[in-house]
Amino acid sequence: MLTRLLRVALTGLAITAVSSAPALAQQKTSIKIGFVTFLSGPASGPFGVPAKLAAEGIVESLNAGKGPAPYQIKGIGGLPVELVVIDEAGGATKQVSEYRTLVQRQDVDVVIGYIGSGDCLAIAPVAEELKKLTVFFDCGTPRIFEEGSYKYVFRTRPHATMDAVAATMYLLDNRPAVKRVSGINQNYAYGQDSWNDFEATIKAMKPGVEIVTSQMPKFGAGQYGSEISALIASNPDVIHSSLWGGDLEAFMLQAQPRDIFKKSQLVLVAGEPYLHRLPGKIPDGTIVGARGTNGVFAPDSALKRWLVATYKAKSGGLDPNYPAYSVAQAILGVKAAWEKAAAKKIGSATPMGAAKNVKEEMEKAYAPPTQEEVIAAFERNVFDSPSGKVHMNLGKGHQAVMGTAYGSTRFENGVVKVGSIKYYDADRVTPPEGVSSLDWIKSGFKRTK
Amino acid sequence: MSQFIAVLVDGIVYSSWLFIIAVGLTLIYGVMKILNIAHGSLYALGAFTSVTLCTMWFSGGHDAMGSYAMLLLAAVLVGLVAGPVIERGLLQFMYGKDEVVLVLVTYALFLILEDLIKLVWGVDPLFITGPNGESPYSLLGNFEVAGLTYPNYNLVLVGVAAATGGALAWALAKTRSGKLLLAVIHDREISAALGINVGRTYFVTFTIGAMLAGVGGALTAPTVSVVTGMGAEVIVLAFAVVVIGGLGSLPGAALGALIVGLVRAAAVHYFPEVELFSIYFVMAVVLILRPKGLFSGAEVRKI
Repeated sequence: MLTRLLRVALTGLAITAVSSAPALAQQKTSIKIGFVTFLSGPASGPFGVPAKLAAEGIVESLNAGKGPAPYQIKGIGGLPVELVVIDEAGGATKQVSEYRTLVQRQDVDVVIGYIGSGDCLAIAPVAEELKKLTVFFDCGTPRIFEEGSYKYVFRTRPHATMDAVAATMYLLDNRPAVKRVSGINQNYAYGQDSWNDFEATIKAMKPGVEIVTSQMPKFGAGQYGSEISALIASNPDVIHSSLWGGDLEAFMLQAQPRDIFKKSQLVLVAGEPYLHRLPGKIPDGTIVGARGTNGVFAPDSALKRWLVATYKAKSGGLDPNYPAYSVAQAILGVKAAWEKAAAKKIGSATPMGAAKNVKEEMEKAYAPPTQEEVIAAFERNVFDSPSGKVHMNLGKGHQAVMGTAYGSTRFENGVVKVGSIKYYDADRVTPPEGVSSLDWIKSGFKRTK
Repeated sequence: MSQFIAVLVDGIVYSSWLFIIAVGLTLIYGVMKILNIAHGSLYALGAFTSVTLCTMWFSGGHDAMGSYAMLLLAAVLVGLVAGPVIERGLLQFMYGKDEVVLVLVTYALFLILEDLIKLVWGVDPLFITGPNGESPYSLLGNFEVAGLTYPNYNLVLVGVAAATGGALAWALAKTRSGKLLLAVIHDREISAALGINVGRTYFVTFTIGAMLAGVGGALTAPTVSVVTGMGAEVIVLAFAVVVIGGLGSLPGAALGALIVGLVRAAAVHYFPEVELFSIYFVMAVVLILRPKGLFSGAEVRKI
């Protein structure tokens, strides 16, 4: 008796399970974004956590339908967005397995993430293998789309070559007589790339400059006494640095009392986010960038004001730094592509007049777009962001292109301000499609192949 | 010539810093045979505590010179609070276990303390700065050598390193407790049998070791931006220095720090591209010639 009851109950359960499964698969109720960013380690304070705050703020605002034009549609394509946040710390191998978990077990619709260039280089082929739409929001290495070709991978921020090219242009505009050039950069992928790009660029733009020293301290070294001595001793006109986070702050704290900047012009490629943290510690006239038209360089727009307000509410009153702008670009890039794909489906369905299967055709047209349709819409798309228009022009339509800007600091009323801002158009600072960054720099910045 | 002098000055300053962070590690290993990975966290705790105390001091509107007292207080606090808690609460149950087990225990402790620091202080880099940008690093003014400007704070580092090394050497060789300690180092069981309170010796040693880690962190705090993960960087360096000198040897730590400091400074000035590698190069050469480090004593073999 009992076993029969049990059997009936089990059969009933099984039937319900079978009948409800396809219904679940068909009706999409939310969009799940796997979001990967540093929550621990040295990159978490300056980059990872601001990126997470920005992502949460943006998603909440979009879900509430509070995005400004052209992003008023709730969530993404009317579906609420759900974030699954993962820590990027632990190295590329760990990130690959975390990525697999996100895609295969959490079943996310899209992965947005990665600040470390090493992580991006490792994830790209895995994204291709698992066939999952993946958007890199912050990593800078040009190698991703210059050395590879991907269908499922996008990067919604420009790559790092323009940082060096625009920095050199700005430097030579302000100090045309530069002769002795030095650098201090961290000894890992980004630091080396940044220095190599800068060295190649300044040699190409101003033949005859002399590289007097290139210091490559270990990532997270903390103590820069010897490096600062070596820099002073080499008597440079210019010191190039892509230091960031705690390393940049430690370097400034130790270098500033040693009068090094009285003679040498400092160029901080990624210095903008630290200005408010180092009042009195950054010499006037330091050339700073924000790796794009982000932060103080972002032109005023409704989207910028929206991001600033959203971020301030999340962070307790802080202004968004460039990783926050990068996150906005990535999420809005996905939203723009998704909604463009949806609109195209509805537009091309038009079952008006065709009396046959109207209901079915309409249902199909209004169903959320498939991943393939979103990717097709994403390629070569142009969309608005808080830092300006983003053109997905490089890497066969997968790599964003934007202009950038540099400025000089001055200390005023206890605050570090950025003035003499100059903007550089994308095609002056970015290589054309199919040419690698280093070849382009060495060719003398030719626009055609 | 002036560059050579710069190498010497930079090397000695860096060596002093290395010695301060490494001496507590070698002391604890010498006495307790524990390779204390959590030394890095104690160092970080010292740095974070310094930031908090100095910030309170500055916001209280007190004289900036008092911030040095706050650095010292931070180191003492870390030693007196974290040392006893860790030793009594955890390590005392582990004595007599295999050295590898103890490394794992202190590694676990390191991970716990790193997260604890994150919970208390957050992930933003912090630094010590007064209302008008005063910092213990620049308060003392500068000195000039060979055309290079150095903050006098560097002399404080050198002084503290010399004083710490001297005090420890004197205490070990000349005082009664130092001699008891040497007996414990030599043979724990016989010492206990002869009536030495081994438990208390361990307790005191660990507390002093923790305090030395705190001193390292407190003295480093004004020169850097204090950030989570700083302990991990330091434990690797300290370990390299201690291994070069011979695990558990005080003069070894001093000589190891000096060699590493000078080689690194020379690398930075003459061959910056090999700087990253210089410490490990020294370590490899020393270990090839003397596999147990420069000052390793003869191992007593027990049957």
